[in-house]
Amino acid sequence: MTDSIVVHASNNEPVAFTQDELGWLPWLDPLAEAELTERHWAGLVDRSRAKSDYFRLLVRDPEVLEARTKTDKDIFYNIADGLPRAERELAAAATSRYNGCIYCASVHARFATVHSKRRDDVQRLLDEGVGADLGARWNAVVRASVALASTPIGFGQQHVEELRSVGLDDAEIVDVINSAAFFNWANRLMLSLGEPTNGTDA
Amino acid sequence: MSTETRDIIDLLAGIEPGSSLSGIRARRLQARENAQRSYVALFEPVDFGDVAAAERYAVAAFVAGVHDEPAATSFYLAKLAKAADRLELVEALKAETERARTEGPYGAFPAGPLSVEDKAGLIYRVAGDGQRVLGARLAAAVEHAHLLVFRPRDASSAAMQALLEAGWSTTAIVTLSQLVAFLSFQVRVAAGLRTLGAALGHHADAAAKAS
Repeated sequence: MTDSIVVHASNNEPVAFTQDELGWLPWLDPLAEAELTERHWAGLVDRSRAKSDYFRLLVRDPEVLEARTKTDKDIFYNIADGLPRAERELAAAATSRYNGCIYCASVHARFATVHSKRRDDVQRLLDEGVGADLGARWNAVVRASVALASTPIGFGQQHVEELRSVGLDDAEIVDVINSAAFFNWANRLMLSLGEPTNGTDA
Repeated sequence: MSTETRDIIDLLAGIEPGSSLSGIRARRLQARENAQRSYVALFEPVDFGDVAAAERYAVAAFVAGVHDEPAATSFYLAKLAKAADRLELVEALKAETERARTEGPYGAFPAGPLSVEDKAGLIYRVAGDGQRVLGARLAAAVEHAHLLVFRPRDASSAAMQALLEAGWSTTAIVTLSQLVAFLSFQVRVAAGLRTLGAALGHHADAAAKAS
């Protein structure tokens, strides 16, 4: 079998950052649900993820997907202690805005809004970009995320000091680092293996 | 090849067992263990499948190198030197890394209101001599890695097509994409923790050891 790309010539592609729900279209063939073996199901972690083209594409390398998914869940959903969920999502949204992932930004901006109830501030991050003034605490999280996303990495002592000055302790700063760093992983997969589409899934 | 038992992020960040940062990392134990498992799945898998060990280490050394992260670069270059059958490959890869350095992220958004934020930058291609030593398949991977690191918003189905034409299967492209994307995470966690560790002060660690 010769592998080939999938072209979505008539896709209605979003051209601005949004908190609306978007869909995502793969450029390579995901595995078909019927082809999934036990190894693939383990890689998906949650069986419901088999409905997603994105995860059925990534599950072509199941061990990596499984480890990645579990890393993601602990960084964002382990709320036994540490940074509030809203600010972990803010770090994800800011990273996505800066790297240019319209799809990732839509999902995590929505989550940031749900957990913070600050929809307008989240929208300003999307509309104005990472320079938007969102108040001292959020500005510190956004600046740290942007510095970490830059290549070469620009995160330095001044970012640690700014995060401390707005009340974050060391464990919360580690949550910022983990959340922002993780989206440098997620953005690059979402941006390079397919494209977003207006209207939910295809 | 011996299996890596050290926690690579701790190694790259200079985090010692029993230190304050090690304790903080332990509060996200699943994240720590699965970041390590991601490393193992990409660099020491049971089955290398469609992507050879030397290809994985070469791309990793290139990605770490263009991030200007010396600890990670040395780490993956050492792996490459062991896995590669010729020194020439290591030298060519180092030369390409130097040619490929720039600052990101940059690239173009879909045409529309975001176009005012479009930012031009290096469109990196492996040089003629590098092409000869790396071969078309690895050269294509390195060029794609540069796209992912510096201008991920320029990604396109045409870039997927270029990889397919250079001999990468669909599954191999998934592994390659995960590898570059994972490295983008790993070097940032390590750099962030290293910076935070310096802010905590080595004095505290030294005092704890002396007591």
